[in-house]
Amino acid sequence: MELLMASAIGALTAAGIYLVLRMRSFPVILGVSLLSYAVNLFLFASGRLAINLPPILHDGVHDYTDPLPQALVLTAIVISFGMSAVVVMLALGAYLSGRSDAIDMSAQDTENGQ
Amino acid sequence: MDILLPVIAALPFLGALLPGLMIRAGRATCASYTALSSGLAFLLLLICAPTVMQGEVLHFRLDWLPALGLNVTFMLDGLGLLFAGLIIGIGLLIILYARYYLSHDDPMGQFYTYLLLFQGAMVGIVLSDNILLLLVFWELTSLSSFLLIGYWTHLPEGRQGARMALTVTGLGGLAMIAGMLILGNIAGSYDISVILTQGEAIRDSEMYVPALLLILLGAFTKSAQFPFHFWLPHAMAAPTPVSAYLHSATMVKAGLFLMARLWPVLSGTPEWFYIVATTGLVTMIIGAVIALFKDDLKALLAFSTVSHLGLITMLLGFGTKMAAVAAVFHIINHATFKAALFMTAGIIDHEAHSRDIKRLGGLRRLMPVTFVIATVASLSMAGIPLLNGFLSKEMMLEEAVHTVWMGSYYMMPALATLGALFSVAYSFRYIVHVFLGPVRDDYPGHPHDPGFGMWAAPALLVVAVVAIGVAPFLAEPLVRTTAHAVIGGELPEFHLKIWHGVTPALFLSGTAVIGGAVLLAAHAPLMRGWLAAPRPEAKVMFDATARGATRLSGWLSDSMHNGSLTRFAAIFTITVVAAGLWAWGGAGIGAPERTMLPIRALPAVGWLVLIVSTGCLIAFHRNRLLALVLLAGVGLSVSMAFVYLSAPDLALTQISVEVVTIILLLLALNFLPKTTPIESSTMRRLRDAALAIVGGVAVSALTYAILIRDFAFDSISAFHLANSYKGGGGHNVVNVILVDFRGFDTYGEITVLGIAALVIFALTDTVLRGPGGRWLVRWGAGTDEAGDRHPLMMVVATRVMMPIALLVGVYIFLRGHNEPGGGFIAGLVVAIALLMQYMASGFAWAEARQRTPYHALIAAGVLIASLTGVGAWLAGRPFLTSDYGYITLPPLEKFEWATAMGFDLGVFLTVVGAVMLALNSLSSMARRRGETINIYPMDINPERPDSPPPPPTGPGGEKET
Repeated sequence: MELLMASAIGALTAAGIYLVLRMRSFPVILGVSLLSYAVNLFLFASGRLAINLPPILHDGVHDYTDPLPQALVLTAIVISFGMSAVVVMLALGAYLSGRSDAIDMSAQDTENGQ
Repeated sequence: MDILLPVIAALPFLGALLPGLMIRAGRATCASYTALSSGLAFLLLLICAPTVMQGEVLHFRLDWLPALGLNVTFMLDGLGLLFAGLIIGIGLLIILYARYYLSHDDPMGQFYTYLLLFQGAMVGIVLSDNILLLLVFWELTSLSSFLLIGYWTHLPEGRQGARMALTVTGLGGLAMIAGMLILGNIAGSYDISVILTQGEAIRDSEMYVPALLLILLGAFTKSAQFPFHFWLPHAMAAPTPVSAYLHSATMVKAGLFLMARLWPVLSGTPEWFYIVATTGLVTMIIGAVIALFKDDLKALLAFSTVSHLGLITMLLGFGTKMAAVAAVFHIINHATFKAALFMTAGIIDHEAHSRDIKRLGGLRRLMPVTFVIATVASLSMAGIPLLNGFLSKEMMLEEAVHTVWMGSYYMMPALATLGALFSVAYSFRYIVHVFLGPVRDDYPGHPHDPGFGMWAAPALLVVAVVAIGVAPFLAEPLVRTTAHAVIGGELPEFHLKIWHGVTPALFLSGTAVIGGAVLLAAHAPLMRGWLAAPRPEAKVMFDATARGATRLSGWLSDSMHNGSLTRFAAIFTITVVAAGLWAWGGAGIGAPERTMLPIRALPAVGWLVLIVSTGCLIAFHRNRLLALVLLAGVGLSVSMAFVYLSAPDLALTQISVEVVTIILLLLALNFLPKTTPIESSTMRRLRDAALAIVGGVAVSALTYAILIRDFAFDSISAFHLANSYKGGGGHNVVNVILVDFRGFDTYGEITVLGIAALVIFALTDTVLRGPGGRWLVRWGAGTDEAGDRHPLMMVVATRVMMPIALLVGVYIFLRGHNEPGGGFIAGLVVAIALLMQYMASGFAWAEARQRTPYHALIAAGVLIASLTGVGAWLAGRPFLTSDYGYITLPPLEKFEWATAMGFDLGVFLTVVGAVMLALNSLSSMARRRGETINIYPMDINPERPDSPPPPPTGPGGEKET
């Protein structure tokens, strides 16, 4: 199970990095989303994996999973939604205003900027 | 009386508000109000003075950040009293002087505000009993002196001088921060009164030398010691009141103050002696030599100040008690005669319109009052008997005679006399070349004595010069009290008197006076030689260094960040992976400590789905719609993983966020190109793939390494499990952590979420107002939409589901404290329930039927969360402390309530508001593009007799205007 988890996180990270390195805004957004999955899973896994050990207190039960990473990841998931939403709007605004969704500055932009 | 200390420190800062307010009432009023706040501070200081003179030390303490050792602690002992008196007293004289010095074009209110800010910072330094607090004030003096030196912003010299002063003293200040932290660490406290008791421990510590060097770096830069002396002459571009204040009495003395303050702790070691005494000696001689060859009056005084600061530094460096007494005495004397001299230089500049010695001379008859003041002050600076400069210079030479430097008995007295000799020469020059000689007929202005207001301040100072010189016993109590504070122990046996008998110091003094006179007589040929000789120019070197540093940092950032974000992302990825590899340091993966969980069929299938979806996502990412579908697949697999791995709350959150995110991306994709073009070369793609694989493998390895090992330290989770019910009243530990244990985190999170939604709203508004909005209008409605935009089946189904979905939301919210659920998830579920209506009948249609402003929801959410937190204060508990109990309402079972529920309600409202506001923003883009707003909830309704034919443009659709 641990091997599956580690490889899944690795695959998500690799795909995320690859997409983040693309030159248009939409794949970059997808890449960031994948990286968020990977990071959230990684944080979650830092509490170690457990099956059938819920973080809900019951009488007579002594073994529980680690609730702390879960709480941290829960807010992280919601925040990453907020972040994606902002980035999407930025990309959309940039495309509508500049008529292009390329993320690198053109040679002309670079010159004007300096 | 202790309570007066913070008042004294605060008065200049409070007073700094007055000049700006009062400038409209006229310049005289403005100056009087400025003087009022300083005068009040001076008065309060005088009230404290008798107690301190009796040897008591006043303390004031207010805990600020006790955990960091940073507290507002003030202390007033003899040293603080002397410096505070000098700072506020001379400050008052400067306020008077500047009233007449500044011209009508100069913004006077601004000047006085800066001056009082500076005064407050200086008073803060000398009153602080906490070195961290002292550092705060120390940096404030650098900043406020920057404003003062650059006061004449139209002068390039002023701006450059201010920048140079800030750079040099600022860099020294940074070094000093490090030194002070080390010092506090050794002493175990940041309170000066504690540090002063730890002298032996500090001197024996192996960190003594680094701490000493760093602190001295700060002190030397501030007090313009060689080789950092160069900024002081360039700061002379400031108005003369500033030069007189900052560069005679106050800022440059801050370094001396610090050395005196820490003298009992740091002095007495060979390191201290050789570094401090030698630096002082070198500075004294170099400053004096350069001063002799400066034609600008203020430059001459600036270098003479450098020289005298060197003298005092050298005395402190000697490390003997008597030398410390002499240093204290010279600080008093130098402040009086040098401030007076600067003011006379300002008067000459003001009246004769030049401070170039070559263009002056013979002013004796034209400006008799100024002549007398300047002459007395200059003679004191030269060390002529019956003036106060003589007394302390004698004491300095006496100490130099007794000092052995590098095994030589003659080196120190000889060099000290050489410095004194040059000092005499430039002091005489200030009199002879400016005032004596024939009256000229080519002065740039019409030199005459100024009004009383302008010469009153220097005259008062000169009276002090003569009074101390003739009757030194007047100053003795102050010197004793101050020296006692510096030495921190028994005072040596001494009396301040004019005649000590025939001592070696008297011979040296006489030599210096005669030699100085001879030197001045030979000034003209010496000057030619000086001008012909090659000299290093500090400003050129400083500018070259600054340029070099700018070019280096420019090159570094340009080469990494050339406008290509992808390049930057690649560099970032490489750096992170490299840092990870380096941190791992080849230790490899440790031996497994945990038993691995078995791989069952179900999770294996889930894993396969995830891997295949991710792989397909990469392969087909150019088809953006397909990529989005695959992304949703990945998200679902992740949710399933959370279900399987005992995280029900996470699974619920992930799946609802997934829905919202994909809807958002779909809406955005509506406006974006539907495919991604192939732009990068094959090489580039291979490079990116290599990077991605390296990064992925690294993260995999890291995860695996963590998963097979147990915690290195005990986790704090056990505490949460044990106290979740007892302390937080909930069985769902995850939820209790969110709303109770880590409530402050969650509070921050919902605030951020709310801000994110507002940012989206503002961004949309900006885009729609700009060219993007106009383009959207021209673009017009898309042509590739489905024919049946609001299908009957969907509308009916969502209407039926709406109450159920809302009920589910409420249920999830209510049970959240004890079962999986809570505000976050409930908020998302309710948002989805509303979204379904919007999808079915169109956003505008649905919005017209519900009037909740989403901004208000966000605000209400954050507000309710805050109020719940504040409620704990009423019970005398810290912010966000929760409470719970049980109540029974008659028809219902006994149920539990918790204040955390109120907090969770805040979370819930914020989440609903934020999600809806983000989607609302996107839909307003669609409407700008000309999408129709339907009158009816669905396109075709069999019940409606006039049901129109199906759209392309929508039945009875109206264009939004």
